[in-house]
Amino acid sequence: MKFGIIVFPGSNCDIDCYHVLKDVLGKDVEYIWHDTEELEDFDCIILPGGFSYGDYLRCGAVAQFSKAMEQVRLHAEKGKLVLGICNGFQILTEAGLLSGALVRNKNLKFICDTVALKVENNNTSFTSRYNVGEVIDIPIAHGEGNYVVDEDTLKKMKENGQVLFTYEENPNGSTFNIAGVCNARKNVLGMMPHPERAGEALLGNTDGIKLFQSIIDYLEGGAKNDK
Amino acid sequence: MTNRYKAVGLNKQEYDKILEVLGREPNELELNMYGVMWSEHCSYKHSRALFRHFPTSNERVLQGPGENAGIVDIGDNLAVAMKIESHNHPSAIEPYQGAATGVGGIIRDIFAMGARPIALLNSLRFGEIENSDRVKFLLEGVVEGIAGYGNCIGIPTVGGEVYFNQSYRGNPLVNAMCVGLIEHDKIHRGNASGVGNSIMYVGAATGRDGMGGASFASVELTEESEEKRSAVQVGDPFMEKLLLEACLELLETGCVVGIQDLGAAGLTSACCETATRGEGGMEIDVLKIPRREKGMLPVEVMISESQERMLLIVEKGREEEVNRIVEKWGLYSVVIGKVTNDGFLRVMEGDEVAGEMPADSLDSSGAPKYYKDYEMPAYIKEVKNFTSTDVEEPQDYNETLLALLKSPNLASKEWIYRQYDHMVRTSTVVKPGSDAAVMRVRGSKKGIALTTDCNSRLCYLDPREGSKIAVTEAARNIVCSGAKPLAITDGLNFGSPEKPDRFWQFRESILGISEACRELDTPVISGNVSFYNETETYAIHPTPIIGMVGVLEDVEKACTMEFKEDGDVILLLGNTKDEIGGSEYLARIHGLEKGEVPAINFGLEKKLQAFVLEAIEKGLLQSAHDLSEGGLGVALAECGIGRRLGANVSFETNLRKDILLFSESQSRFILSVKKEKLQQIKDMMETVAAPYEIIGEVTGEKLQVTINDSLTIDMAVNQMEETWRGALACIME
Repeated sequence: MKFGIIVFPGSNCDIDCYHVLKDVLGKDVEYIWHDTEELEDFDCIILPGGFSYGDYLRCGAVAQFSKAMEQVRLHAEKGKLVLGICNGFQILTEAGLLSGALVRNKNLKFICDTVALKVENNNTSFTSRYNVGEVIDIPIAHGEGNYVVDEDTLKKMKENGQVLFTYEENPNGSTFNIAGVCNARKNVLGMMPHPERAGEALLGNTDGIKLFQSIIDYLEGGAKNDK
Repeated sequence: MTNRYKAVGLNKQEYDKILEVLGREPNELELNMYGVMWSEHCSYKHSRALFRHFPTSNERVLQGPGENAGIVDIGDNLAVAMKIESHNHPSAIEPYQGAATGVGGIIRDIFAMGARPIALLNSLRFGEIENSDRVKFLLEGVVEGIAGYGNCIGIPTVGGEVYFNQSYRGNPLVNAMCVGLIEHDKIHRGNASGVGNSIMYVGAATGRDGMGGASFASVELTEESEEKRSAVQVGDPFMEKLLLEACLELLETGCVVGIQDLGAAGLTSACCETATRGEGGMEIDVLKIPRREKGMLPVEVMISESQERMLLIVEKGREEEVNRIVEKWGLYSVVIGKVTNDGFLRVMEGDEVAGEMPADSLDSSGAPKYYKDYEMPAYIKEVKNFTSTDVEEPQDYNETLLALLKSPNLASKEWIYRQYDHMVRTSTVVKPGSDAAVMRVRGSKKGIALTTDCNSRLCYLDPREGSKIAVTEAARNIVCSGAKPLAITDGLNFGSPEKPDRFWQFRESILGISEACRELDTPVISGNVSFYNETETYAIHPTPIIGMVGVLEDVEKACTMEFKEDGDVILLLGNTKDEIGGSEYLARIHGLEKGEVPAINFGLEKKLQAFVLEAIEKGLLQSAHDLSEGGLGVALAECGIGRRLGANVSFETNLRKDILLFSESQSRFILSVKKEKLQQIKDMMETVAAPYEIIGEVTGEKLQVTINDSLTIDMAVNQMEETWRGALACIME
């Protein structure tokens, strides 16, 4: 089992994801430069947080055209796992791998805080270790985390169980309090909160670790992700 | 012709000195280069003579003042690089960019040493905010600027302080501090050594922004300052992130001999400073410098303060290696000249010599150095004319405490730090809001604690004693987090040094800092002086901001200020005296900035700090909080708010109740201890003869303070919390 973390110019949370997988969970993980043309070796790709390409134009708008993202599309098409966190979520929506878009927070300010999330669906490779309805504390740090999506798409996503996490108290104006959503096939997850920041008792919070453990369970079990 | 020197901010004697050095009239380029290098901001001409008072070394100091940043050993081949720098004048004119580029500049200073920046702090001062739209605009812009830069580059902003006082109404202060981690054998310096080695330019192209910023920072702010907007630089944190990663990767290769940030006075200062520290000379060609705009004159290129640029001295023959790494990060690098040993900084324009000056005549070794007259200001005696009986005792202490918790100086700064990403890089163990921030050191058991401190009201009333208190309080904050204080960086913000009363404040402050740093064995390893913080009619309160770092051998033992559990015993360590002079209570409740500042006894201070540190290291304390602005009353409230725990405490005292509750006597701590560990703590305190009182216990949901058998404060913790947490947000929204 091997994790890959795509490093774009301006990625910041690449080392945090690496640390949690390597040092906390003891898994095989590699950084992948944004011009890669090969992701064959990897089972789960992570698009980390940060400000890829300075967030110029729009968050994630430039990164979606990188060579690595072409490979991420192919990787996803094969049904392999992709996790986009914060800026990674923004890139996934820009790239069309997830529906909707992320716009400016309602209060127009960057917000860094720890917020309560509700797990809406645990029947996925990303959330199996959680219980449905479980409330977890996960940090957020974003200026553009306000998720918008049209009504029809939202309806379909809800019916299909694609909304995985919602905010207990909406910090940014997000539609339907959405904090994290996946695609219909449930192998691509995008979320604004940072589970990698909630992986160690020393940092005062371990609520995020189960997300990574769920992925590991899935990869170890080799079970189908679209259960 | 006669007044050429005035246009570049120099005086007649200084111009004569240039004539003497060159043996001829300087041309326009040369004159401008002297102008920026001999500005106060670059040359420290008014302050340098006093720096000899600072203790700057001990066995832990690996790099003292004089480099891009200071470095202090934390053991196991690891060290911390740190520096604080002001960006006051730019922020007064253009708050967002002024603050943002202040952050960018200080980050470059850290990675120029080869260190990986891991934390940012900032210390801000504004006029009173409650009824001023101007101050709200400035605060909003400055905070957004700091957030915009720090968040984007991915370095957490973990601490700092913000105070509001009318003395800053025309001249806010924005000081940014950056801290980095480095291994001993990877320290780099700004040396142009090795004759024939290449000078390379890396990063953003040079434009006309920040023209003469150093000179602009070296005069008072006036009505016309708004017109100097072009002296404010524009920041690009994405570019800096790339530059940071590229430089750290380059330094790993061993091909970089020296590295220097292009900061104040741009290429001019980077060239002459690296040359002076190296072989003594350098030759560069201005035509080779990448430019953002057409038609730039050599002088504009040489003094521009465009951001996100670095100068590298690269081993001859390894330039391609540099280009490859720099290109990988999407940046551009170019050879602009070479190291020489003829003692001259020679600026070429193709084949023509555009300017030629002895390199060491430009930098601070050759710049003028003044011993200014000083004179105690008249107000110093006046303000001492105060005794606590001059003010009436409050009727309702609940109300008084709430009024203090609502003071923007004491209220929660959550509205601010919620805009800063304080968790990125997942190393922040103690987040903003406690006495000091604590960061883990990856790959080791250690942690470092960071804080900035300065009570400028005390420095106004008595600059020497106030400055001692600034250092000591910083150390107390570090100790409360469980760390041993190691070293300081100082951001010295004062009025005009050319006025004897202001210069007296500066001198007194230097002497106070020096004494405290010697006493606490925390040398000054870097710093910055910002003078001319005044408008046409008044100066700011003297504001020597102390940035301090401490080390925890085991970061798991980090301690915080909030009470942890019902039933824990609360202790007050230290002596409370009739010392409300200069207190927040006196200012906020009675509208007075007067009195003797609290006295400091270093013997007692050191004893108590050592005791608290030992108790934390032994795992005996549940919480530790230092008493500062707002005194005992506010400290008790703060301890309870964190986990919404009440406390029942009582005192027997001869002091008036308001003095007991709000005096700002030094060397005091509130500690909480589990009942079963109380005896052990008592034994330790008695062994060292520490003055202490057991004042009560953590219990319920109210803070109840009984003084001489009368219930004086009786208030729900959630009511205090609402007031304290909401105050600043309420003003801003």
